[in-house]
Amino acid sequence: MYNLIGAGLIVIGAGIGLGQIGGKAMEGIARQPEATGKIQTAMIIIAALLEGLAFGALFLGK
Amino acid sequence: MTTFAQIFRSIIFDKEIMKEVSKVIKNLVLIIAAISSLQSFAFSEGQDEGAVNTKEEVSEYINHHIKDSHDFHLFSFTNGEGERKHVGFPLPVIVWSSNGLVTFMSSEFHHDDNGEVIVEKSGSKFVKLHSKIYELEEGATSVNLDESHHATNAHKVLDFSITKSVVGILLVGLFMLWAFSSLARQYKNKSVPTGFGRVLEPLVIYVRDEIAKPNIGEKKYRQFTGYLLTVFFFIWILNLLGLTPFGFNVTGQLAVTAALAILTLIIYTFSGNKDYWMHMLWMPGVPVLIRPVLAIIELAGAFLIKPFSLLVRLFANISAGHIVVMSLIAIMFTLKESLGVAGATGLSLILSFFITLIEVLVAFLQAYIFTMLSALFIGMAVAEHDHEHHHDAEGHEIPDEEDVRADFI
Repeated sequence: MYNLIGAGLIVIGAGIGLGQIGGKAMEGIARQPEATGKIQTAMIIIAALLEGLAFGALFLGK
Repeated sequence: MTTFAQIFRSIIFDKEIMKEVSKVIKNLVLIIAAISSLQSFAFSEGQDEGAVNTKEEVSEYINHHIKDSHDFHLFSFTNGEGERKHVGFPLPVIVWSSNGLVTFMSSEFHHDDNGEVIVEKSGSKFVKLHSKIYELEEGATSVNLDESHHATNAHKVLDFSITKSVVGILLVGLFMLWAFSSLARQYKNKSVPTGFGRVLEPLVIYVRDEIAKPNIGEKKYRQFTGYLLTVFFFIWILNLLGLTPFGFNVTGQLAVTAALAILTLIIYTFSGNKDYWMHMLWMPGVPVLIRPVLAIIELAGAFLIKPFSLLVRLFANISAGHIVVMSLIAIMFTLKESLGVAGATGLSLILSFFITLIEVLVAFLQAYIFTMLSALFIGMAVAEHDHEHHHDAEGHEIPDEEDVRADFI
């Protein structure tokens, strides 16, 4: 029961984080369209790090 | 309308195209013949055994799929006499038991996974329990299970079997050897590859120019590009293979992803230069008292957190993808009562179609991220100071004002 609540909290946290990453990347691209490639690469790396953390927590808490 | 008909007719009667079509048909017939000649091996009694209907059976089936298995199972069906038939082929079992090396085919277990069928080979008795092979203790005639389904009178053996994942790895390895050596050979005679090489060349250049060069640096990227290319294509092809009905789940095995992560760890540890170790263990420009604390964090990061994040990300993404796809397919069984056969099948078809499209993207993205992070870690280890150290009047080096790692991001 508690591990399910924990899994839910993890997913909520990861969702907020991914939203922040994606939103800020969008903002950055809108401000500086010529830096799109660099921003996308950095965005994907940070999203991957966050996702790895979220998945790790999910698997440990399963 | 007439033009359409003309084009259609010209396609039908074009000799070249007909030749191609007949080649394709010949290949298709060969493939169908090969598939239908697969031996249908081993069946268990009872009408319902192996069929998947309820939620518990669905989750058990999914758990079984996520694990590695000792035989190559394609599909099962119930024939007219009510027998359950499994179609696929057995794979060799190679184990190191207390009586030495023992080999036999996994078909001798007759598809049993609950430790009921006992195989006796060179003085040892083997059972298969939850996709793992156990050796019975001396004198035991059947396997005893405790409450949590662990065997009490059997122990695990060293298992070198050619399992399903090993078959997948070997297939992809051979494919890559063939594809890339033929691509490399083409460059001896011409500067533009033909045929399948045209598909591979942009991908190779993409990995080199977008992943290796910017992360490792113009000077040193060449010696690491080989590893990055190998890892990228290995993970990508295996991820795509996992989406086919053959049901490979190779990159969703912890052992496989751990091996890949350890390879990256070895490469960036052994190619790390003086600056890398100095900035990790005794970083300049930091108060002396804080240096040991930071060194512990840096060491844990380099040897535990980096490889752990690499292996868990790949494993968890692929496993989760497989679980989601199979759960959505299972909707057609679990919601049959409430939605009707057509409704449940349609819902599961639509959902699993779109999630499979996302999975195709994830297959590429995970290969890209693994390669990207490997390149990033290697780049951190081989980066050099590209500026001169300043010296004071006595010739001592003045510590850098900025952190070198700001250059990496």
